[in-house]
Amino acid sequence: MCHQTVSLVARHLEAHGIASVILGSARDIVEHCGVPRFVFTDFPLGNPCGKPDDVAMQRAIVGLGLDLLEKAFTPRTTVQTPFAWGDDESWRDNYMRL
Amino acid sequence: MTRTVDPTHRTFVSYIDKSREYYRARGYTNPYRWAHFEGVPFTALQRPLSQSVLTVITTAHLLTTEGETPWLQTVFSIPSNDPPTRLSTDGLFWDRQATHTDDVDSYFPVHRLHEFVREGRIGRLAQRLHGVPTEYSQRRTQERDAPEVLRRCREDGADAAILVPL
Repeated sequence: MCHQTVSLVARHLEAHGIASVILGSARDIVEHCGVPRFVFTDFPLGNPCGKPDDVAMQRAIVGLGLDLLEKAFTPRTTVQTPFAWGDDESWRDNYMRL
Repeated sequence: MTRTVDPTHRTFVSYIDKSREYYRARGYTNPYRWAHFEGVPFTALQRPLSQSVLTVITTAHLLTTEGETPWLQTVFSIPSNDPPTRLSTDGLFWDRQATHTDDVDSYFPVHRLHEFVREGRIGRLAQRLHGVPTEYSQRRTQERDAPEVLRRCREDGADAAILVPL
């Protein structure tokens, strides 16, 4: 739900002359809404800017966001960061498990 | 780090699918209708990033101390030159089983952005950074909160915003 909220805010800012980039981990919600620029990191929800205490990863992800602010030339530009959460992929199934 | 991909599933989690099935299994037969638009506005950065003013917009909220009024569903702002070392992420949808939010820069990268400013990559941070309440009501976000965020961004002369949802 947070991803939808910021997607709506980003659209409003862009429509009024302020450039925006979203750093997030819920790809479907952001792209379903439609936003100008999106940096997707395929992580469990909670750390869209990099793993806790991993300064190098955080710099890389924020840096990609800055790159996108400068270089995107059309809306709906998504880039995916190269990071994976780890060997244990169980979070994908565990979140909201039925 | 590489991972083994299950080719029978899409590579990323669909939270729209997951939440629909989750709530349907609990008896909610009227699924949430997620925001969707055909057209997408676009504003190019008007100046080089090294001369631009950036702000940050989060869905986290301020920590309250004991006895203080609980957090309200309203836009708030904090000074960029004295950023918090922690924010509250209670009440928001994120994966408490897989991770934690004890490091503010993992979801609100204000210290990383200060580093980029010092290195000259960004002109400067806007005087204020902003919090926006997470709302089921798209109308409340679009008609109440987004215009308020825009007003504050304009007051501070922000050229661009980095938005960071939990």
